[in-house]
Amino acid sequence: MCGIVGLHCKSPDLHSQLGALLSQMLLAMSERGPDSAGIALYEEGLPTGSLRYSLRAPGPGYDWEGTSERLGEEAVIRPVADDAVLTATGSPAAVLEKLAAQAPDLRVFAYGSAIEVYKDIGAPVDILERYGITQRSGYQGLGHTRMATESAVTTDHSHPFATAADLCLVHNGSFSNHATIRRRLEDAGVRCSTDNDSEVAARFIAYHMQHGDDLQAALGKVLTEFDGFFTLLVASRNQFAVVRDAFACKPAVIAEAPDFVAMASEYRALARLPGIQEAAIFEPGPEEIHVWSR
Amino acid sequence: MVTLSCAELSTRAINRALAELPDGSRVSITEPQGRHNLAVGLRNQITITIAGNAGYFIGGLGDGPSIVVDGFVGWSVGENLMSGTVRVRGNASESAGASSHGGLVIVDGDASSRAGISLKGGTLVVAGDAGHMSGFMAQAGTILIGGDAGAGLGDSLYEAVIYVGGAIRSLGADARVEELTEGDVQRVRQLIQQTGFDHIDPQNVKRVASARALYHFKAVAGHAY
Repeated sequence: MCGIVGLHCKSPDLHSQLGALLSQMLLAMSERGPDSAGIALYEEGLPTGSLRYSLRAPGPGYDWEGTSERLGEEAVIRPVADDAVLTATGSPAAVLEKLAAQAPDLRVFAYGSAIEVYKDIGAPVDILERYGITQRSGYQGLGHTRMATESAVTTDHSHPFATAADLCLVHNGSFSNHATIRRRLEDAGVRCSTDNDSEVAARFIAYHMQHGDDLQAALGKVLTEFDGFFTLLVASRNQFAVVRDAFACKPAVIAEAPDFVAMASEYRALARLPGIQEAAIFEPGPEEIHVWSR
Repeated sequence: MVTLSCAELSTRAINRALAELPDGSRVSITEPQGRHNLAVGLRNQITITIAGNAGYFIGGLGDGPSIVVDGFVGWSVGENLMSGTVRVRGNASESAGASSHGGLVIVDGDASSRAGISLKGGTLVVAGDAGHMSGFMAQAGTILIGGDAGAGLGDSLYEAVIYVGGAIRSLGADARVEELTEGDVQRVRQLIQQTGFDHIDPQNVKRVASARALYHFKAVAGHAY
């Protein structure tokens, strides 16, 4: 069991409340996944050409000042609890290479013009509080509460898995042929950083989007290639998508309101959203792909 | 009328209070907000209204009460029901009426996947459509679907009977459409009277039952592989 939540704002009026609403949704799904939790927030506002990198420190008291100096004057580091978000210009490949050289003990959970990812082992309530998620704004967000069945309980095995610029995935379920697909991706030059099954799906989608597919087409390939149980919530910079496997035995509820699209494993997580009374609430069917764009 | 608010009480406190009510009591459960496990395991003859959308296992294991949900429900409404009724005014999510031994589960809207899975003698009536794999391995009892049935209807059925008013997307393994008998028409008519679903025409439903070809192991079946 795991819990998934997501909120995609259609109205800018909701942007300032994104973190608070998403936190409330995630807390409602705590029982579905008490071992780890994670959040992806999407926020506009960076100047063109700048990207943000969600950095994970190896422990408390990391020397962010020294790291900032080593990375050069165009890199701005904003500490968030023990971790940080780096804002830098230049190609992501160059920045990631520089990070690997200058700060090899840091891990990059996500990068892109809008995305920030915070995740860890422990109770969802602690993780939300540590990173101050309730105060955050943004235009869309995803969250995951994990009850691990397939691989170890570590921060790196936690969701969301962000595998390309502004692209991330959360998963409830388990894939049974992930090892086969991981080997195929490796043959194509794609490396996974963990042995987690969900990461393989996130890399698979990123790979196909980098080779010409849009999100809808890449999710169609997930339905063809992946065996197992899954409800997936996937976001890119401008899109928000839900897909379920042919059995549809991992739950999903979608609420579509004039101001937002929200998705959660259970209705409990949606029940207190403002305007939920006016929302069309439905369950996505087996092998249906639902995509919303902004 | 007794009122129990989910905003003030834990699920356990609500179910304990319900179990202690004398037969004939009427009770309203307010602000359910998708709460799971409301009104489960009750053995008294009471009437319960749940005022809003509720979560999983509503009315499960019931042996007596009459429950109405003024909203939609999550998975497994009336799961393992023994007697009594659970009526959902909206839609029901997956596995409605799963494993129920007796009693009646009524869904005024649509039911999702696996409605009536492993039915063991209970009755499930859905006014609208039912999702894929409904009636899977149902052993005894009756399912009436007023609208359309999804793929794989009645897969691996035992002795339960399914009636469908609309279209059947596909039948599951060992399920077949059989000729409607006068007894079937009477049974459907009785269910329409009980539920008020008079959009269903008892003369024009399809009867789906087991072909019983999976009842016995066939040694030659292995030759196909």
